[in-house]
Amino acid sequence: MHQKSLSELAAGLRAGEFTSESLTSHFLDRIKRLDGELNSVVTLTEAQALQAAREADQRIAAGNAGPLTGIPFLHKDIFCTEGIRTSCGSRMLDNFEAPYDATVSEKLKQAGAVMLGKTNMDEFAMGSSNETSFYGPVKNPWDRERVPGGSSGGSAAAVAARLAPIATGTDTGGSIRQPAALCGITGLKPTYGRVSRYGMIAFASSLDQGGPFAGSAADAAVLLQAMAGFDPRDSTSLDRPVDDYTAGLEQDLDGLVIGLPKEFFDEGLDTEVRAVMEAAVDEYRKLGATVKEISLPNSGLSVPVYYVVAPAECSSNLSRMDGVRFGHRCENPKDLDDLYTRSRGEGFGAEVKRRIMIGTYALSAGYYDAYYLKAQQIRRLIRDDFVKAFEDVDVIMGPTSPTTAFKLGEKADDPVTMYLSDIYTIAVNLAGLPGMSIPAGLVNGLPVGLQLIGNYFEEGRLLNVAHRYQQVTDWHTQRPAGYA
Amino acid sequence: MSLDQDTIRRIAHLARLGVDEAENATYARSLSDIFAFVEQLNAVDTTGIEPMAHPLDASQRLRPDVVTETNRREQFQKVAPRVDSGLYLVPRVIE
Repeated sequence: MHQKSLSELAAGLRAGEFTSESLTSHFLDRIKRLDGELNSVVTLTEAQALQAAREADQRIAAGNAGPLTGIPFLHKDIFCTEGIRTSCGSRMLDNFEAPYDATVSEKLKQAGAVMLGKTNMDEFAMGSSNETSFYGPVKNPWDRERVPGGSSGGSAAAVAARLAPIATGTDTGGSIRQPAALCGITGLKPTYGRVSRYGMIAFASSLDQGGPFAGSAADAAVLLQAMAGFDPRDSTSLDRPVDDYTAGLEQDLDGLVIGLPKEFFDEGLDTEVRAVMEAAVDEYRKLGATVKEISLPNSGLSVPVYYVVAPAECSSNLSRMDGVRFGHRCENPKDLDDLYTRSRGEGFGAEVKRRIMIGTYALSAGYYDAYYLKAQQIRRLIRDDFVKAFEDVDVIMGPTSPTTAFKLGEKADDPVTMYLSDIYTIAVNLAGLPGMSIPAGLVNGLPVGLQLIGNYFEEGRLLNVAHRYQQVTDWHTQRPAGYA
Repeated sequence: MSLDQDTIRRIAHLARLGVDEAENATYARSLSDIFAFVEQLNAVDTTGIEPMAHPLDASQRLRPDVVTETNRREQFQKVAPRVDSGLYLVPRVIE
């Protein structure tokens, strides 16, 4: 039952082959049986899930079910869920039961989707390996000595192990695409402003976007459809109609022009990963696409730009965690300053502290122009490279990550090396474009992700391009041993 | 670019962030590495380039000045570490 696609699950529910309650129990059992070592779920909401499943069954029986009604999902623990702990992977929010739902949580509830629980993640989404979580690292189901990627590592590992058919994630510098690649699943980061950020705990507000994880592009289309849309409660949400993502999936790729940025195929790329990319591009040629080399000359600056912009925004966003209104408070503060300093010192882990300090320094008096302003100027150059490239090509392709999943602890002591694992994903966030990762091969038994980058609001086109590939290949149906 | 331990102490204080003295040296080293890495941005000529605040150059929307949210003080204060009679409690600040 757990290997079925969303359309098969929805058809089964409608035909009465199984109920949402039995489907939900099946996935809850899998989590209880298989997640012990993976550590992908931090809060299991069993009672609420079964209750939601029974309500979904009534809705299905009454004939007003949508494509997600009765479908179980896992929710990244960065999205506020009313009355349920929303920890963001941090000790700071270990005791925080959100007093309201994020817009995405509300929309999925309205669609009748059944939340099984909340997934583990890097603390406040700051990490590329899911090792910075207060709740301990998540393991990669393909090799439990390796990382699942981050920051949405729990969601990606859970979908790869089929502990849920779909899950939510967020992507600030690659946090959906990189774990999707390392865990061998499909993940999509929408255009900045496409999915509401209301109630999605902010890391870097000008970069953060929520998006879907799934076993295929067709399934990701269904989840994105429910998540996307204008929200007046998010001041950066864009008021544009949402495409019908499923309707466009079958579109022919004849005449599609693919751009391959030469900067994404330089010496930093693992040779075996490069071979996988070349094979994937050949598949697209067979589907009727033509391929063009392009250049994104400033993309090499995206990691240093990001490590100014994102920490600057995080140092501001995380100042709200002060031990006064919610979250962790230290014992016996001797005065107000001690309360702030000790609550934050105890509540935040090392990587979060490091980023708050980078941002505080970059924004401090005398340094603002040299760092933040300069980075925002170069950010425009990076964006303009993409705008120019899309005058000649329909979609840009390249690797999602320079390597396959690395070992736990391998990069934990060297932040700059860790930051460089997002070298191919970060530029997309800086430009605000939609990006996707789909499984395109295995190297030494570990998944490799192909990244697809589209023009603004072309999520539908990306899903179509991914879907056509998945119709002629079977990389997306490969599963890690032990989770069949 | 090298940040010394005094700079780390100053930044930590600005951010009201408790950092153990024993960790100062580690943070000084990793922040120095990161700012050395960021230094390559200085080589780029950005004269006349408008800083990018939004990828689609969108600006903040305005809405009519009417109350749209209801008062939910009780729910919001339920998650506070210490409250009394609708007020958030902190250590005494005025003697």
